[in-house]
Amino acid sequence: MCTRTVSALARGLEAAGIATVALVSNRPQAEAGRPPRALYCEFPLGRPLGRPGDAAWQRRVLDAAFALLSRSDGPVLADFGEAIHDAGDTPLACPLPPRRDPTEHPAIDEARGLRPAWERARARHGGTQVGRVVDAEGLPEAMRALVAVAEGAPWHEVEVAGGDFPTLLMDLRTYYEEAALGLSEHVPAARQAESWLYRETRAGDLVRAFYERVRQAEPAFPGLYYVIPASQVDEPLF
Amino acid sequence: MMRADEQMRQAVGSVPPGYALADVRTAPAPPLVEATVAIVTSAALAHPGEPWPEGSHDFRLFDRDEDRLVMAHNSTNFDRTGFAADRNVVYPIDRLAEMARSGAIGGVAPRHASLLGSTFELATFELDTAPRLARILRGDGVDIALLTPV
Repeated sequence: MCTRTVSALARGLEAAGIATVALVSNRPQAEAGRPPRALYCEFPLGRPLGRPGDAAWQRRVLDAAFALLSRSDGPVLADFGEAIHDAGDTPLACPLPPRRDPTEHPAIDEARGLRPAWERARARHGGTQVGRVVDAEGLPEAMRALVAVAEGAPWHEVEVAGGDFPTLLMDLRTYYEEAALGLSEHVPAARQAESWLYRETRAGDLVRAFYERVRQAEPAFPGLYYVIPASQVDEPLF
Repeated sequence: MMRADEQMRQAVGSVPPGYALADVRTAPAPPLVEATVAIVTSAALAHPGEPWPEGSHDFRLFDRDEDRLVMAHNSTNFDRTGFAADRNVVYPIDRLAEMARSGAIGGVAPRHASLLGSTFELATFELDTAPRLARILRGDGVDIALLTPV
């Protein structure tokens, strides 16, 4: 939906006297939203400049975008011409930690076991995106709320960190995806770490079980769209 | 089998703007080598621990030297590992700095903006948010805004 938003903002900024160029990731939305100058980049959603860690590639994208500023006959919608696709159908291949505590829930045990990989990623990339409602230290314990619902407790009777399951689930996803960065020698292609989480890990099993419990729950679960990516479930979310 | 992003593009591609669009107006831009450039991203960048409320039409400003920004966007349907590994794939602040040092652009704006791109209602962005943001950017000497989605 972000292409709709940047299109509207570009129109408003330009009308207020700021020249704009927008990178857009959904061509039909850009055609409908008519930003003054836009470069359609068929790159993975979430990577509007295409390739993380590739300064030369990013610079090429910026050069192509800024070249549109010579055009005053808007709306201009140009194509970058080279595409990059997500690799969500090929989960990242990386080892999972061995079971450490057989008495612990397997997803919680796994999350604890991934902590060294997450620490490596944090050191390598200079920070973390984890911490919306829990930090890495608190995540395994916070996952007990997901376990409770997955095992049958009514979602509205379970106390959850931050009072909001989707936000906790985003911290879980972020922690695992950053751990994947720590387990891999390179930055994975787009959605590879996502597919590894939801298809290969015990935490993914837990999220799926949670999703199955809440998707038809009464009272209705708020924010079902924020539990799991649409591409990771069989039935369409939209 | 359809790729995940292709599935998403098809699912939301036909969602209309939802308001009547006026004719496009283009503002004159100075030569790029003289222009000051700001980034405006819909990635919901934030300081750690400062969430974006659902449906927000607000914007937040970040000094160009800030290096601890997180992506607080609420959508599950895009890749996040790219940004975790290299912020420039969403927020190309280091690329702009390089371009300024090499003389390709005139300068990097002192402040840059972020918004929440999943907010559905758009007219407010164009008719209220953008003019307010433009006043601030003009005050910072900005000539060109580079907009990036996620």
